[in-house]
Amino acid sequence: MSGLDAATFAALQATFLEESFEGLDRAEAGLLTLDTAVTDEVVGELFRAIHSIKGGAGAFGIDEITGLAHTMESVLDDVRSGAAPTPAMTAALLRGVDELRLALEERRAGRVASGAAHAGVCAALTAARGAAPRGVAPAPPVPVAPAVNAAPWRVEFAPLPHLMRNGNDPLRLLRELASLGGTVIAVDTSRLPRFEDLDPTECHLAWTLEVPGAVERAAIDEVFAWVDGDCTLAITRAAPVAADAPALAAIAADAPMATSERAGAPASREASAIGSIRVGVDKIDQLMNMIGELVITQSMLGELDGEGPVDAERLARLREGLSQLARNTRAMQESVVRLRSMPVGVVFGRIPRLVHDVGARLGKEVALELSGGTTELDKTVLEKLGDPLVHIVRNSIDHGIELPDARAAAGKPRHGTIRLHAEHRGSEIVIEVADDGRGLDLPRIRAKAVERGLIGADTALTDDETAKLIFAPGFSTAEVVSDVSGRGVGMDVVWRHIKELGGQVDVQSSPGAGTRTILRLPLTLAIIDGQLIRVLEHQYVVPLLSIVESVQIDPRRRARLAGGHDIYRVREQIVPIVDLGAALGLRPPGVATSSLLMIVETDGAPLGLIVDELLAQQQVVIKSLESNYQRVDGLAGATILGDGRVAFILDIVDLARHARRGRVGHADHEQAA
Amino acid sequence: MEPQLSSREPVRSDAQRQREQLLTFVVAGEEFGVDILRVQEIRSWSRPMPLPRTPEYVKGVINIRGDIVPIADLRERLGLATQAAGPTTVIVVLRVEHGGKSRTMGIVVDAMSDVTDVARDQIKPPPDLAETRGVANLTRGIALVDERMITLLDVDGVFPPPTDADAAA
Repeated sequence: MSGLDAATFAALQATFLEESFEGLDRAEAGLLTLDTAVTDEVVGELFRAIHSIKGGAGAFGIDEITGLAHTMESVLDDVRSGAAPTPAMTAALLRGVDELRLALEERRAGRVASGAAHAGVCAALTAARGAAPRGVAPAPPVPVAPAVNAAPWRVEFAPLPHLMRNGNDPLRLLRELASLGGTVIAVDTSRLPRFEDLDPTECHLAWTLEVPGAVERAAIDEVFAWVDGDCTLAITRAAPVAADAPALAAIAADAPMATSERAGAPASREASAIGSIRVGVDKIDQLMNMIGELVITQSMLGELDGEGPVDAERLARLREGLSQLARNTRAMQESVVRLRSMPVGVVFGRIPRLVHDVGARLGKEVALELSGGTTELDKTVLEKLGDPLVHIVRNSIDHGIELPDARAAAGKPRHGTIRLHAEHRGSEIVIEVADDGRGLDLPRIRAKAVERGLIGADTALTDDETAKLIFAPGFSTAEVVSDVSGRGVGMDVVWRHIKELGGQVDVQSSPGAGTRTILRLPLTLAIIDGQLIRVLEHQYVVPLLSIVESVQIDPRRRARLAGGHDIYRVREQIVPIVDLGAALGLRPPGVATSSLLMIVETDGAPLGLIVDELLAQQQVVIKSLESNYQRVDGLAGATILGDGRVAFILDIVDLARHARRGRVGHADHEQAA
Repeated sequence: MEPQLSSREPVRSDAQRQREQLLTFVVAGEEFGVDILRVQEIRSWSRPMPLPRTPEYVKGVINIRGDIVPIADLRERLGLATQAAGPTTVIVVLRVEHGGKSRTMGIVVDAMSDVTDVARDQIKPPPDLAETRGVANLTRGIALVDERMITLLDVDGVFPPPTDADAAA
């Protein structure tokens, strides 16, 4: 590419690829809705997505896909002009989307896809297109009447300097237009260099032509089909008209022809290794505003630095400046965190296709319900969430949802339902995958686990604990190893991924009614609002979001249950209480003298923590314990206080779990005293 | 003229390659040494923040320029009686390799000694009897320097690699 250095080209290509992947995701999502309803909006979106990929591919020399994209575009064009999409058409388009994605991924890796499958997909598309009933909708059948198109086309054609080097000849293009009845009405010679600077292998002229209005737009487009990206082209008139594209299979077959001249161009490997993020302009603007505020605050504080006595007035202004600075800093933190957040919907977007494909392959009817897609969480967490979700959903369809006949026999609707839901709960994000299938076969899971030696034959397990065995490595109860799931990999991958993210996985199952898999993930927002507390001489941080209230202990409301569990009555609620000092192994249980009880909430259940003192509330930066050490039960991480000391951030969910098992302050204490 | 080496491996001349520099320190009257290239810094003693549910010898964590660094008491790790920190007690901050991942960890020692040059062939394998004290995996060898005997610590063995203890819960 002349005029562009390699680095710029690589950067542009990286952006194009990223946009294309998003476009393909959108196209896929749109295609999946075509089965049920065809709206102009969806079809328009689909068409645009494929069209911009085709255009961009031409511009970046990704010629191996232009033929396929073009064929897909033509099929979509038919749909846009009223042809009803058939299942065969949708299936072929989905295959096309896959092929495009594959080819683009190859490009991203610096290779060129063979595109061997493209011809097949194109043929399928063409066949589907031929079979489709046309003009079913009341919309006017195919091209708009020529009468409407009376106004002539104005074609502004400006070849880029390198056009001829790619084997194209502007003269040929002009002749072809002439054969359509086109005439040159203006030539732009302004770019013509002085004779001594003239490079005869470059194009320097630009033309404006007029083509009779009766000519179809597609015919003009076709003239320029091979120079797409090698010229700037503007074809203007009334709204573009849907038109028949020419011999599709032929184009598909020819498509790879122009390929690979630029295959040796430096690929953007470096660029793609560094993740990028697309951020809304509003978020950037907000950040810019805050920087502005910060500058103002800074200059205000700077003024105070002048000569003169430090009097009361100056001190007051200093205080004001500092508090303003605190506000600015906080606001900036929030916007930076928002920059990194993306809606869960991005990951949910992969699921409809999965459900569609897997359901079809297994002969199961599955409806999908998504909710909470706008819940935002950190990009890194989001990226790692995709695979686990796919595994869980795939498992639900394969093992959970029954075949339609079996469902009917069990008195359930023939189609199964899978629900995906995401929401913020405290400082966690909770993602739930629920199906209404047959539920887990707990006795069989148990038997299998014993057989595989995962548990002893006499190990006592609760139902939930048994259910959790499906996450053990190499565990699968499927009788048939299918290509969907059942190879015994999958659920342990889920476990590992979620653990890596510092999250938790839970399964609940009721026989015959379905299974719920619940993923809990930390938001990994690097900064949280914390309540500093003191236990003995140490300070800890409790995430502010999990605190309900703090009360003075009234001995009359306190009681001890058999087994040593302490409980406390808060209004009409019975709350189990735990001495935080004992839970942290700082003192033996039962010796706390403090009368301060902090009520925290986890999973909707309250827990009372005895603390020695409530200190300040402040924002704390979460530091990982894992980076130099390892995860420690009961701690979500650490932070560094203003005086440089370390304070641990308590993992309330973990503490509550220990409390419910009654382990806090007993076995734990001996170990850690 | 220097041989091409990976960035991990410090560049040493042939003569140097036959020798090893040790940072030596004293714990319970005995002299110990670590490869000086593993030492990040030496800090005066400051009380770590204790960690719950961790082995006894892990005294807690300290803040080193914003990094949370765990600290082990070498006395306790070696199975010796604890002793309150004195004026010479220091923390030696080490680079530890666990499964290809580099971590920063500190050990508490009674006093610094010095930096000693030792010939490779003067480092002898530890005798079997160290095994009986359960610290065999901590000892890389015994360096003989003049009249002194320096126990070489295997830095990576002082802290066990992290475990995902609740993976099978």
